[in-house]
Amino acid sequence: MLGKSTEAHISFGELDPQFKYEISKLPGGENIKYCFACGTCSAGCPVREIDEKYNPRRIIRMALLGIKDRVLSSDLIWLCSTCYTCHERCPQGVKITEVMNVLKNMAVREGYIHPSFTRQVELIAAHGRLYEMDEFDNKKRERMGLPPVATKCPEASEIFNITGILKLVSKSKSKE
Amino acid sequence: MKYALFLGCTVPARARNYELSTRRVAQALGIEFTDIMDFSCCGFPVKSVDVKTTMLLAARNLSLAEEKNLNICTICSACTSILTEVNKELKENGELKEKVNEKLAKIKREYGGDIEVKHFARILYEDIGIEQIKSSVKKSLEGIKFAPHYGCHYLKPSEIYGNFDDPEDPTSLDELIRATGAEVIDYGDKKLCCGGAILGVDEDISLTMAKKKLDRISTRGADAISLICPFCSIMYDDNQRKIESQFETSYNLPVLHYPQVLGLALGFEPKELGLQMNRVKATEIINKLQKGKTES
Repeated sequence: MLGKSTEAHISFGELDPQFKYEISKLPGGENIKYCFACGTCSAGCPVREIDEKYNPRRIIRMALLGIKDRVLSSDLIWLCSTCYTCHERCPQGVKITEVMNVLKNMAVREGYIHPSFTRQVELIAAHGRLYEMDEFDNKKRERMGLPPVATKCPEASEIFNITGILKLVSKSKSKE
Repeated sequence: MKYALFLGCTVPARARNYELSTRRVAQALGIEFTDIMDFSCCGFPVKSVDVKTTMLLAARNLSLAEEKNLNICTICSACTSILTEVNKELKENGELKEKVNEKLAKIKREYGGDIEVKHFARILYEDIGIEQIKSSVKKSLEGIKFAPHYGCHYLKPSEIYGNFDDPEDPTSLDELIRATGAEVIDYGDKKLCCGGAILGVDEDISLTMAKKKLDRISTRGADAISLICPFCSIMYDDNQRKIESQFETSYNLPVLHYPQVLGLALGFEPKELGLQMNRVKATEIINKLQKGKTES
């Protein structure tokens, strides 16, 4: 995946001119077209500082050019640490952290998801929280003088059925 | 002052010391918490996958506090940002609110939009106030040096927080630490993200991010880090040994949740604040404090 997404060669056939409009229609993606590629995002990005393979300016540029499949199938979009540094500093008001979220949400619909997120969705859908809590945990809490927490949350689980996300995620998972 | 205490996922499972110290400090300062057992995950971890699911999870949680007519106090910064963000969006966008309520009706819930969400540190800073905290201190932490770690979501995105602090040069946590009599250590990369959000995606990058901050702080002579988010604490405290062995280095730098710092100044015993549960032991700080007590 990584090799494919960072390949320099672009062929016209793979460009989807509608991609940027699709992004800008989704909440958080509105301002993507204002990007003038100044690189303020990449300059302040703490992930990029450690590993140059993650480059928000490059991802936005690729999205604007319409290289849809490579962007959505790339592992790189999952590397945003959601620190909002770029988001705060973008001189063009591109909500970059939200744009990354839009791209990840779109990727899931195309059948691409990072396995750590599959796991998180499954856990929250099953238990209503990221960490399963049982009576043993509540005993521990009681010994500390802390009140018990619910071990299940059927309403939260139902939300995953209402939006259909659990089904979508398991479909993406079977594609892996 | 009454709030519904929103614990989220990480706190009750992995940061009970944070929860315990928050409850002690709140009680001592006259903040009354109500526990709502039906609260679920705030929705933050799902945002990357499906924003709509996140919005419904958050709106449902907000509706539970609304039923009790209580504002929400959060202690996890990610919970703070998601609940604040969804609350703001739904308050401002009637059409969206209607759509969300159509879905929530299926689980017999309704979001109204009449409560607020605030991080505990912000409640201390804005509602209790620095002067009140100073006058409540029973045992000054004079001589102890803390490096504040703000984390990201306590301050950002700033548009949802009404700019209560400057995300590029924040001071609220510094002031809260100083209010206990302790000293604040300045250091490079103070605003650096802990890396927690991508721990499951790329552990090497995530731990390297945490290491960078530990490196910066340890050269500045701090006695400990003080922070206000359970996941930041996982990165700097729970993962400190792992970082030390992976990068062949040594820090032995205690990481205290701010309510533990304030709790010590309010006169609580370390055990009452769950300090024995911190991975890197704060023995030196506790010794310094006890020495101060016998001398005075």
